[in-house]
Amino acid sequence: MNAQTLYDKLWNAHVVRQDADGTALIYIDRHLVHEVTSPQAFEGLKLAGRKLWRVASIMAVADHNVPTTGREQGIADPIARLQVETLDKNCADFGVNEFKMSDVRQGIVHVVGPEQGATLPGMTVVCGDSHTSTHGAFAALAHGIGTSEVEHVMATQCLVAKKSKAMLVKVKGTLGKGVTAKDVALAIIGKIGTAGGTGFAIEFAGSAIRGLSMEGRMTLCNMAIEGGARAGLVAVDDNTVNYLKGLPYAPKADVWDQAVAYWHTLHSDAGAVFEAVVELDAAEIKPQVTWGTSPEMVVAVDGCVPNPADMTDPVKREGAERALRYMGLEANTPITEIQIDKVFIGSCTNSRIEDLRAAAVVAQGKTVASNVKLALVVPGSGLVKAQAEAEGLDKIFIAAGFEWRDAGCSMCLAMNDDRLNPGERCASTSNRNFEGRQGQGGRTHLVSPAMAAAAAIAGHFVDISKL
Amino acid sequence: MRKFTQLNSVVMPLDRANVDTDAIIPKQFLKSINRAGFGPNAFDEWRYLDHGEPGMDNSQRPLNMDFVLNQPRFQGAQILLARENFGCGSSREHAPWALEDYGFRVIIAPSFADIFFNNCFKNGLLPIRLDAEKVDTLFKSIAAQDDFKLTVDLENQRIALPDGTVYAFEVDAFRKHCLLNGLDDIGLTLQHVAEIQAFEAKRHAAQPWLVA
Ligand code: SF4
Repeated sequence: MNAQTLYDKLWNAHVVRQDADGTALIYIDRHLVHEVTSPQAFEGLKLAGRKLWRVASIMAVADHNVPTTGREQGIADPIARLQVETLDKNCADFGVNEFKMSDVRQGIVHVVGPEQGATLPGMTVVCGDSHTSTHGAFAALAHGIGTSEVEHVMATQCLVAKKSKAMLVKVKGTLGKGVTAKDVALAIIGKIGTAGGTGFAIEFAGSAIRGLSMEGRMTLCNMAIEGGARAGLVAVDDNTVNYLKGLPYAPKADVWDQAVAYWHTLHSDAGAVFEAVVELDAAEIKPQVTWGTSPEMVVAVDGCVPNPADMTDPVKREGAERALRYMGLEANTPITEIQIDKVFIGSCTNSRIEDLRAAAVVAQGKTVASNVKLALVVPGSGLVKAQAEAEGLDKIFIAAGFEWRDAGCSMCLAMNDDRLNPGERCASTSNRNFEGRQGQGGRTHLVSPAMAAAAAIAGHFVDISKL
Repeated sequence: MRKFTQLNSVVMPLDRANVDTDAIIPKQFLKSINRAGFGPNAFDEWRYLDHGEPGMDNSQRPLNMDFVLNQPRFQGAQILLARENFGCGSSREHAPWALEDYGFRVIIAPSFADIFFNNCFKNGLLPIRLDAEKVDTLFKSIAAQDDFKLTVDLENQRIALPDGTVYAFEVDAFRKHCLLNGLDDIGLTLQHVAEIQAFEAKRHAAQPWLVA
């Protein structure tokens, strides 16, 4: 048999039928649902009198709109409240398993799924959310879908799809001090561009990737979509298996060994052919900071804001000029001289326990700089929050002047009250620095958790590899 | 879904690369539980001078007259022209809903983000990939000619310029069929119920842990 990529294996295992032109029906094992992209899908089902094909495949949680403080009082914003209540009602009507706002398991859907063992190697995982790519860290074929597709999966357990091309991103060597999965992700996007992965499923491989924890791999796959790829993948290894053991939705004793044996086949075969290959040297990756309004507008922390005049491509130059205007930055400014107003540590990219630990190490015994008006730490789930509290991380953050919040998307997209005001500059561990993403007129710089914590303490960006 | 066959229309030139779905429809409007009514808030942050929130009377809001959507010449445009990587970012289908509700039926760009591209076809919108040079030519032609219009013909996969030039474009056969006939996917997929059931039974027998 021909050597197959991991993506080939996952794809082939899920094809229900395929037409001559390549249009296929793909079977979906796990469907994660949240409040923003599901109401119209449930409504569509109801109007058509259709049922859910497989109720047990769905796990629902509200995350985008939920408040991160004073949750006992409910949601103040009536429109947001209606959306969350609509999810509750739809889940009740259709018998869907939902973690409600008061449940300790509630959190960001891409943190909750893996944490529960609901995401398993070899599965297809979909969610009406682009960062579903996160789940590829478990060698699951996972990607975001639109609301029409949410309804389609609910009604048929399938998705109409065409096979993507496969890209291998290989990161060789060992990461330097203070360099994290987030920096690897940003460095890759800086190299391939935000459209570089369009039409591809990206498999991340190489010794630097093998060396990442599952949290780190989730951070990396989470950002695959920012490189244009709907899906990111990492092959199964012992890290994967050890992470899953004992989780609530992971296979139980009688079938565990059978599952593990299968999971260990989930890697690209030697000699498998990729349509594109990109290689990076881990030793050359430094802590990254974005300077513009697209994740590809990124430089190393010891670098400077680029000068659009040096760019030859007119579309790029114009984009950079617009970005600098929006960001209120001058060309050639050293990154470490950029002062910040707010700090956000959270989001499905960087809100897992390892992220909070990395930030806490930097914050321990220090104080948030006086020019920083707000420094938020928002755990990815109630369980991450509880774990962090058991380790005393909350006390470190609070003593340093950070706010310690309840789980949710929060200032990643500012649908709740956590947001930037016009002109405010933020060091953020989230994934998108688009105009207005964290609040209208807000200016976002994407960084790793340790870099965000260090910026909070110093009041400007600092090179943590030199701390 | 609304059918799409062909149209002749003014073209709205949105001369930007990487237009993301946050820009097409900002997050505060995602709180709606409806599919319709997003048109007045398409490109909200670029289009109005104040901050928009759901429930506002948009007709009373101050317009940013520098933004192309507000220029009298382009009112009623059903074709949107943009630069590369259009629709990147969030998977929100609210973006195509907003574009469709505004009145667009066709979007032309050198490249699109995958999820957005896919979402368009589910909502009667036709996204067309055209070489960057051709897109550039179109931007220049719009600037040069006040009454510039394009004819887009899905059946024949052609775009006709006023000077008689014709650009061919690619479209996936299945998606073309659905768009030409206004077909929804779910009904089509449910024609294969037996196949899905058989696949599912086999899969769950081979990997019993998936059923738990
Ligand atoms: S944390 Fe941000 S990126 Fe992740 S699901 Fe929530 S809003 Fe989307």
